[in-house]
Amino acid sequence: MRRYFGRKLLVYGLTFLVAVTINWMIPRFMPGDPVQSMLARANVSQPAAVEAMRAHYTSLFGLDLPLWEQYGNFWAALFRGDLGTSIWLFPTPVTDVIIRAVPYTLALLIPSILLSWWAGNRFGAFAARRRWLDNTVLPIGYVLTATPYMWLAILLAWGLGIVAGIFPVSGGYSFAMRPNWSWEFVGNLALHWFLPFVSLFLVAFGGWAIGMRNMIIYELEADYSTYLSSLGASRRLIRRYAFRNAVLPQITGLALQLGVLVAGALVTEIVFSYPGLGHLILQAIQNQDFFLLQGTFLFIVVGVLVANFIIDIVYVLVDPRTRTGIGGEAA
Amino acid sequence: MTLRVDDLRVHYRTLRGEVKALDGVSFGVGDGEILGLAGESGCGKTTLGKSLIRMDGRMRLAGGTVSLDGAELPIGDDRRMNPFRFKRVSLIPQYSMSAMNPTRRIGRMITELLASRGESVDTAELERRLDLVELPRDILGRYPIELSGGMKQRMVMVISTLLDPSLLIADEITSALDVSTQKAVARTLVEFRDRGFVRSMIFITHDISLTYQIADTIMVMYAGRLAEKAPASVIVSEPRHPYTRMLISSLPEVGVRHAERRLSGIPGRPPALLDPPQGCRFRDRCPLAFDRCAEDPPPIEVAPGHHVACWKA
Repeated sequence: MRRYFGRKLLVYGLTFLVAVTINWMIPRFMPGDPVQSMLARANVSQPAAVEAMRAHYTSLFGLDLPLWEQYGNFWAALFRGDLGTSIWLFPTPVTDVIIRAVPYTLALLIPSILLSWWAGNRFGAFAARRRWLDNTVLPIGYVLTATPYMWLAILLAWGLGIVAGIFPVSGGYSFAMRPNWSWEFVGNLALHWFLPFVSLFLVAFGGWAIGMRNMIIYELEADYSTYLSSLGASRRLIRRYAFRNAVLPQITGLALQLGVLVAGALVTEIVFSYPGLGHLILQAIQNQDFFLLQGTFLFIVVGVLVANFIIDIVYVLVDPRTRTGIGGEAA
Repeated sequence: MTLRVDDLRVHYRTLRGEVKALDGVSFGVGDGEILGLAGESGCGKTTLGKSLIRMDGRMRLAGGTVSLDGAELPIGDDRRMNPFRFKRVSLIPQYSMSAMNPTRRIGRMITELLASRGESVDTAELERRLDLVELPRDILGRYPIELSGGMKQRMVMVISTLLDPSLLIADEITSALDVSTQKAVARTLVEFRDRGFVRSMIFITHDISLTYQIADTIMVMYAGRLAEKAPASVIVSEPRHPYTRMLISSLPEVGVRHAERRLSGIPGRPPALLDPPQGCRFRDRCPLAFDRCAEDPPPIEVAPGHHVACWKA
């Protein structure tokens, strides 16, 4: 068991190392010069002042050092929790910018991932082998899961936001309000949260429901199900066993889908101008804000890795076969 | 008589029509009797075994009746059949290796299975039976994956007979085992019968020599029909049906050097049952066939307990 987790941790550590390196490389080799754009924004006309400012900014961001030294400094700063200074929101530290955006993204991601997984599995298991449901609702599931996130988001924004006028279509809360802990504000927050959440939920729900339906049918045809029904076991017991076994690949599926879901959440945030990490990424790219881009990516990478690790642990807990496989003996 | 099967007809629904896998089979199994059911692939042995406990979705009861201990078995009605399963008729399946839920500890699975049938586990009896088949008692706390093939086979044998059924159907249970294990399994089955765990048994196999070792009576089937049924020793020593004779003569014998006497097989293959030929179904492969074989030979009792469906018998 310890060896298994040791090996897993090693793999995750390596992934982290590679991800951070690529993460550091991408903005630096991206076309465009952030210092130049900051100077342009400052709108200074004196050449000497411009030169001084350029030197100041370049050394401030450490861009005058050789690349390998920048890389080393990046790691050193990373362990201090320092992700640099944002260019877009100069001089706010990147960490602060990210921490402000993270609650929004998590509030979208966690409920939509977990609820869609739970509801999709339940529904798929329920629909399997029930002809009318199989023929009516599952085709809808196929359409949902094949829908790109942002397209569904646009449809929802148009239908429920613009035409029906029930939900606001942009922002995390009304521009007329200031964040505070009043019921009114929380209600407003929930209203803005609803549409992005639903668009993420629906797409993922369709995928889980279809996967589960197929898995359940497979499990109900498995030998142990046939044996139990030959011995007259109740339909409930057989379905319960089938569900439990069919959920295992769905857990793996969840691990694989996490990255896709996170990406989906990012584009959905952009559609709804929702002030989460996706929105930050868009702004960072538009403003050539290396440090913000790096920080955001880093946060996402770490999040996905941690989530995967949790799923690994869950898998070991629910499937005895992995336990014997890794321990070499009865766990 | 424990089991009485009369003119049983079971068809498989396929896209090209109904395959008549069982086409009028009648026989009985007495109290304490082990009936060996032999025949080549596709003769209807497994269909017969399945029909007696649980038909799958493609099977259809086309006619005939089955009674067990004097009461009719509603084999064509899945729902009404349920109370009989496990308690009166039980099954050791072909697929013992994968018959147990891989994600439940065996003991818990047994408890849950019995609970769903409204029974509770008699732990003392269960442990006694585990001892009998030489399984450790702590096996109940293990997962199926932790067992060897032979252990799984014995475990399934114990589970299937836990409620002391009147009739046990053992369907090709030795096919996946090596010869010495086969013998041990066969002996265990006889032991189960002798101890009264099961009243009578249908032992389905294509291995006629193994059947001979444990069965009291052997029934040979051919193309969905009964060819010959007689006490085991009679089938082996004086078979009357040409098919049985050829089956027996295609077995190797100890002490015979096959350089001197070549083993003979049976040329040809059984007829397709989608549209079976008229008359005796073995006609095309039978060396003794004559004009009369164009008519169906009825099974007749040539000696007490010896039924043969052949005009030449």
